Amino acid sequence: MSKDKDRILNILLISPSILAVLIFVYGFIAWSVRVSLSKWKGLSADYTWNGIKNYLDLFADPRFAVDVRNTLVFTGVFVIGSLLLGFLLAVMLDQGLKGEGFFRSLFLFPMAISYIVTGVVWRWLMNPAMGSRTSGFNLLFLNLGLDSWVNSWHLTPKWGMAAIAFAAIWQMSGYTMALYLAGLRAIPHELREAAQIDGANDLQIYRHIMIPLLSPVTLSALIILGHTSLKVFDLIIAIAGKQLPLDVPAIYMWQATFDGLFYGRGAAIGIILLLSVAVLIIPYIRYTLKTEAQP
Amino acid sequence: MKTLRLSKAWLYVPLLAMAVFYLIPLYVMLITGFKSFDEIDLKTMWDLPRGIAFDNYVEAFSKLSPSLWNSFAMVIPAALISSMLGSLNGFVLAKWKFRGADIIFPFILFGMFIPYQSILIPLVQFMNAAGITGLPGLAMAHIIYGIPITTLTFRNYYASLPQELLEAAKMDGASMLGIYRYILLPISLPSFVVVLIWQFTSAWNDFLFAVVLTGNTEWPITVALNNMAGSQIIAWNVQMAGSLLAALPTLLVYIFLGRYFLRGLLAGSLKG
Repeated sequence: MSKDKDRILNILLISPSILAVLIFVYGFIAWSVRVSLSKWKGLSADYTWNGIKNYLDLFADPRFAVDVRNTLVFTGVFVIGSLLLGFLLAVMLDQGLKGEGFFRSLFLFPMAISYIVTGVVWRWLMNPAMGSRTSGFNLLFLNLGLDSWVNSWHLTPKWGMAAIAFAAIWQMSGYTMALYLAGLRAIPHELREAAQIDGANDLQIYRHIMIPLLSPVTLSALIILGHTSLKVFDLIIAIAGKQLPLDVPAIYMWQATFDGLFYGRGAAIGIILLLSVAVLIIPYIRYTLKTEAQP
Repeated sequence: MKTLRLSKAWLYVPLLAMAVFYLIPLYVMLITGFKSFDEIDLKTMWDLPRGIAFDNYVEAFSKLSPSLWNSFAMVIPAALISSMLGSLNGFVLAKWKFRGADIIFPFILFGMFIPYQSILIPLVQFMNAAGITGLPGLAMAHIIYGIPITTLTFRNYYASLPQELLEAAKMDGASMLGIYRYILLPISLPSFVVVLIWQFTSAWNDFLFAVVLTGNTEWPITVALNNMAGSQIIAWNVQMAGSLLAALPTLLVYIFLGRYFLRGLLAGSLKG
């Protein structure tokens, strides 16, 4: 066994994967960038140089403005909702109660199912039909005497995205809980006990010790949830189909490209999405690998 | 300790309330599925079924069974192959400190987070040009875009193993491949379970790749279910039963192997 032989073997083992990632991730991104700078419109490829016109058009496009606003509404409701709910659930489950494992599994199960399934079910739960066709949550509210809670969910003018975010919170808050729970378990018990001996109450312990110590977890959760909300697509399609008031960049990209054959514009939306995700993710990967390197 | 337990018993109130919240969609799927066709009415959608009937499941299964098989046929090879590749990559990246390993790894990782809209046009063009269409193409996409997470999981696992283990084997004259085959592979089973479950779940639940890469005879379950839900002809009760059928495989995996699922989830956020 020679060192050289091992080296060649290693290269042979790893190079198919590296090559695949190189082509399918980086090559394709470059290809998309090139399409976004072209006049390609229609079924056959057209790489005529078009400069950054597709991008400029998007920034002047009222539909894209709707998309940006919708993404902001979704991100705000979804990220804050999932963080708060996930944190509260984790703190409650960290109290050493009986049945903790049961609750933990229950809160996390939506992560195992697809956005499509979630969407199809929630589309009936959030059915906005009124009068004799009232169903879903609205029907439940009426039966419980909570008439004022009845609302038109994702068809609410301007804020329909909040209803979609609500279904997304159902799906992802358990995940945030799992992140926080892992973080809480990593905090040594002596810290809490020392604070208790010093006379701090539970609220003070969380406020001044636990929450600050959990800030790396909060950062991870923020980034994972934030980048998820930039990518939201399936859930909206399954709840509401493709309708303009609930449009987001991912759906616009889809429709521009595969329904409208505006390949140049579709590629530009894809690249804008990629850049928004990269702004969050690249520093995160760097930060994670750096903290991993210094134990 | 006992007083502590007692003083915290009130926590069961919010916890049970949240349990109800998480169970609502499952409850609706289940009870709707078990109602008979003549019991179906949106007005009574919250009521328990009067008896146990399988009308809705039978109807949903007859409509969805081809796409359920499509999903299985695509997901199983995709999960197996991407796990195998991840294990090899993880081994090389963790145990062979070559120049550039620290640069290659973050580049692979980034592939895990990209919005797939940014590669969708080239992907479709490439697959069509290469003639890899339908389910094989879809499986291939899941394998390749699964490489980052599978590599990450195995690399972290192999990096956690003591270096002495390898040194000893090297002393005994084992080759690189021998070390992998006879020392690392046998103790990799838990990581394989984590990665297989993760890949199975994400490929099963994927919609975006499926909808661009497959036509209607090869639709996996997510696309078929979404189209079923969008059609005016198929009643909501059958959609509910169909949703449960679509969710069942990953749900069962979660119920029986939840611990491993959680580890995959944490690895996916780089917190494994």
